[in-house]
Amino acid sequence: MDFEPVICFEIHAELKTHSKLFCACPNTPLAKPNRNICPICAGHPGVLPVLNKKAVELCIKAGLAFNCRINPTSKFARKNYFYPDLPKGYQISQYDSPLCEDGVLFVPYRDKELVPVGIKRVHLEEDAGKLVYTSKGIEEAEYGLVDLNRAGVPLIEIVSDHERDPITDLDVARSYLETVRQILRYIGASDCLMEMGQMRADVNVSLRPKGSKGFGNRVEIKNMSSFRFIIEAISYEISRQRELYLQGKQVVQETRLFDEGKKITIPMRSKEDAPDYRYFPEPDLVPLNIDETFVERLKRDLPELPYSKALRFKETYGLSKEEALTITREKGVGEYFEDCLSYCSNPKRVFNWITKELFRLIPKEEISPKGETFPPSHMGELIRLLEEGKITDSLGRYVMERSVTTKRRPSEVVVEEGLEVIKEDRDLEEIIKGILSQNSDAVKKVRGGNLNTLNFLVGQTMRETKGKGDPKRIREIILRLTEETR
Amino acid sequence: MDYLNLSVKELNRLFLKGELSPVELLKATMERIHMVERDVNAFITTCLESAEKAAEESEKRYMKKAPLSPLDGIPVGVKDNIVTKGIRTTCGSRILKDYIPPYNATVVEKLLAAGAVIVGKTNMDEFAMGSSTENSAFGPTKNPYSEAHVPGGSSGGSAAAVALREVICSLGSDTGGSIRQPAAFCGVVGMKPTYGRVSRFGLVAFASSLDQIGPITSNVEDCAILLNHIAGYDPMDSTSADIPVPDYTMVLGRPIEGIRIGVPQEYTQEGVDHRILEFFEEAKEALREVGAKIVQISLPHTRYSVAAYYIIATAEASSNLARYDGVKYGSRREGSDLLSTYELTRSTGFGKEVKRRIMLGSYVLSSGYYEAYYMKAMKVRTLIKMDFDSAFQYVDAILAPISPVPTFKIGERVKDPLSMYLIDIFTTPANLCGIPGISVPFGKIEGLPMGVQLLGRPFEEDTLLQVAYALQKGVKG
Repeated sequence: MDFEPVICFEIHAELKTHSKLFCACPNTPLAKPNRNICPICAGHPGVLPVLNKKAVELCIKAGLAFNCRINPTSKFARKNYFYPDLPKGYQISQYDSPLCEDGVLFVPYRDKELVPVGIKRVHLEEDAGKLVYTSKGIEEAEYGLVDLNRAGVPLIEIVSDHERDPITDLDVARSYLETVRQILRYIGASDCLMEMGQMRADVNVSLRPKGSKGFGNRVEIKNMSSFRFIIEAISYEISRQRELYLQGKQVVQETRLFDEGKKITIPMRSKEDAPDYRYFPEPDLVPLNIDETFVERLKRDLPELPYSKALRFKETYGLSKEEALTITREKGVGEYFEDCLSYCSNPKRVFNWITKELFRLIPKEEISPKGETFPPSHMGELIRLLEEGKITDSLGRYVMERSVTTKRRPSEVVVEEGLEVIKEDRDLEEIIKGILSQNSDAVKKVRGGNLNTLNFLVGQTMRETKGKGDPKRIREIILRLTEETR
Repeated sequence: MDYLNLSVKELNRLFLKGELSPVELLKATMERIHMVERDVNAFITTCLESAEKAAEESEKRYMKKAPLSPLDGIPVGVKDNIVTKGIRTTCGSRILKDYIPPYNATVVEKLLAAGAVIVGKTNMDEFAMGSSTENSAFGPTKNPYSEAHVPGGSSGGSAAAVALREVICSLGSDTGGSIRQPAAFCGVVGMKPTYGRVSRFGLVAFASSLDQIGPITSNVEDCAILLNHIAGYDPMDSTSADIPVPDYTMVLGRPIEGIRIGVPQEYTQEGVDHRILEFFEEAKEALREVGAKIVQISLPHTRYSVAAYYIIATAEASSNLARYDGVKYGSRREGSDLLSTYELTRSTGFGKEVKRRIMLGSYVLSSGYYEAYYMKAMKVRTLIKMDFDSAFQYVDAILAPISPVPTFKIGERVKDPLSMYLIDIFTTPANLCGIPGISVPFGKIEGLPMGVQLLGRPFEEDTLLQVAYALQKGVKG
């Protein structure tokens, strides 16, 4: 029998706000332990939460980007459980009436067609603190220390649907994760830096016979913090469950953990041991009423989202689909690309110089039209110098490097370092003649049609001119001179 | 002259005239505390040193003829579930017996800004769970009129302290009658304002959707003055109402002719002590005499209020009290692992009644029972509220008994929690509906005070004060 997996994600992303979700403490969880805490986020007796408006805005923006309905009234609820990093003994979250519901996200499938993924809900909640142990594991540690800097940091939880357009393919799963991350970064909701714990995911995996609409018992894999581990865990879980079914066995509904070293999932707790969170409406907060004009304003403020940007770049600038997807992967890069084109007019060339050269020099995440290191005007100037033949491609790379490190304009680098292409053929001829006279064997070979030797001579000349000669011209001159001296 | 029997306004006049100083008044207060406190046990903590400083500051202001408010220099007591920065706040619980809050409740900030002199933290049922102040880890408070009797609860300390003039006025909190009932049992005035009228920021939560801070005073005028200074919107409390605060003293003495007072037929039926019914009739007559129009009304769902109340209140409490886990503050009893530390800390830190309510509340929120209990209770709450909404279309205030039974003896009901819960039958509806209520002394039963309550429309505390003032005058006259 052929099986298909049903994969559901619960993605948590830390929102990029100045302060925490319910108090005025700074949202900087990685500060020195317990620096950014107050009676409210430390759960002192008598404190009350006050909702952060910016967090609501960012959650709505995410909801809009995932094509959700923004509920005019939503509510907060308490999720009750005991843990030392949870100061109040409950987490303020949203339960039966979340802020955003019933969306759909189109994700590129193998960089080609778009596949819809149903989004069940996007809701707001607070993060818990962190436990730090003195020795390596929880088991050996004599005691644990509580750091509450992260307690009360705003999170959104994005839940993909298991019924409406569920993810049934590992490639789609990967693309979904990447697209969610990309969009959250685009709209400025979260930086989603996995290594900083800004994005975490739980995933539910079940198998069903292909074509069936039912559901098998699902397994939840908790709290993974890298895309690679998530995909490995799902992949393992799919084969484990398939194996069980093929042996005529049942899959047990349970929560499992991914062992990153062994690349397997291991049981954590069974369905029977699942905690009862005793959700109930949070009485300290009034229902969250969102008026339509507020949503409209946020909708207007929403930036162009990656996929439509890619399509537009493809149409407008004649990039291939793959190129358009590459250049729009990071919002800053896409904007940078477009800004460069107001200084020069060769999209393909700009694309190549960004992806092949600039990416080597500046981390992708830091590229933006407002960046000072190599602003679009510099890129435009560099492209013009190349187009006007004032510098060669190889020299261009050097000029870019110097421009990035010294923050001077490319034209300044060229002038100050005397890098202008040797324009006069007579000057070039003198140099080439010198080289040919020292390599009479090579000259013979070139006459005999040996292209490797020709390239060797071109290389020698380039070295001699420190890259200032135009290789095309050099090649022509060598060929002419070897013929002439025959 | 016994200054302690004067009202806030009279004291204020003496301060302004220079005939009495806040320091002298505090001294008289301290003497009174010294004299009666051993017997009555109204305070858990007194802070006489800081009170002396505050009184001295107040005196300087009066010398400059620049008092901050009519409360300037007035000794007040604060219920021990309202946090005071640097002053131990125990909630009457062992688990917080050494807890010193790092911040002030909004009402405390307001009292300090008005120049009031905080004398101490008053005794209470642990986490405000009780109707007799017997459930305090610091021993019960006694009724000011009889050591054998309870003062009511949970704000028993606040009510007894005012009755015995250990303080001029005090703050209590009312979740199901905890201001009004002890006020009645101690012969003083107590008001539960509209939910949202007074900030809850810094009130240690028992049941968040029901809790409200309010004044306990010896007369209606003091009540109005104290309410003036604690009411108002607080950006730190999302459930507080952004509605202007009138000067509540303005309505006092205004004739109540034509004001319609509803008398619920269900409140005078089975199970109510006959002497209480007699006083109730008298109160009705007294109001009629001063011009009020008495209207028979029906509040049929009141009979479910205790049941709904004890589900909703315990549900919220089970969550609100989860933070006392020994991790961050408060008492901790180390166990061999995390779970046993939790168990030891909480089983030794909380008293019997608190544990009973945490268990009840956890149960009614459990999956599989939530709909049957919590959801249903919430529906009943809506029905009770609808009763009141429709009654208030025809009447301006409702007159009702406070308690179906007179003050009882210490120990008399502790063994039977249900009989204790049932005492709250007439007080819990105001909390479930969020409406204001005031308790006014009315009559005595076997020498012990009793009172009646007036309930009003949301944010119409002024009407209640106006009627209560008239009733009080009627009683006195």
